[in-house]
Amino acid sequence: MAKKLIKARAKAKNGVITVKALFSHIMETGLRKDKKTGKKIPAHYIQEVNFEHNGKAVVNAEWGYAVSKNPYVSIKLPGAKGDTIKISWKDNKGATASTEVKSK
Amino acid sequence: MQRRHFLKNTMATGAVAMAAASGLLVPVQVLAWNKSGAFDAKDVNSAVKAAVGGSATASDKIKIKAPDIAENGAVVPVTISSTLKDVTSISILSEKNGTPLIAKFDLHGAEAFISTRIKMGKTSNIIAICESGGKAYKAHKEVKVTIGGCGG
Repeated sequence: MAKKLIKARAKAKNGVITVKALFSHIMETGLRKDKKTGKKIPAHYIQEVNFEHNGKAVVNAEWGYAVSKNPYVSIKLPGAKGDTIKISWKDNKGATASTEVKSK
Repeated sequence: MQRRHFLKNTMATGAVAMAAASGLLVPVQVLAWNKSGAFDAKDVNSAVKAAVGGSATASDKIKIKAPDIAENGAVVPVTISSTLKDVTSISILSEKNGTPLIAKFDLHGAEAFISTRIKMGKTSNIIAICESGGKAYKAHKEVKVTIGGCGG
């Protein structure tokens, strides 16, 4: 894959891990029109986002199209340095991406 | 990677995927997502009802951090945190978007904190809904938008 679909960072401080993630996605609403053809541009956006902490789901999110293009999301959870955070998403066309980071 | 998933998807929901590929069906529905239809709701009350299964009471224990004026409605940074105990979900809505519900986060042991960036069609209230102990609580904050971020 040419582009990294998820960039993520996790940092532990005082027993709390802050996870920050950037997804590379167009997040097309399905409401915009192509100026040349006048046709609607089909919707293409992330619908499900999941965070796992050491193999256990901590956050499951459902998204609509109103999350910004190239979405940024940050969460906090109890944990320590060295814990593994897995982040994955799935869009409305069935494409998926996932990545794992170790908390610093 | 992507191709493999596409094939899997094609086999599972052949007709739907084919229609999608030819651009006939918009938007494509994924089975587990949007079970309650909350993302299709056109006004705030029905979106809230579908998302959390009832109405929400106002609470001062929910904090919304967002700009007072957003120059670009396509990218509005929003941070929601709460001091409520055992928050099981956080939903974000924008009152005057075509479909108000933007995102719903189900929390399983994570802290009551979500930070993300959203699109807003025009100046309106951002509404945050937290579920805690089987009840829903809400808070709102107005954000003025100078350039809309939906459609156009």
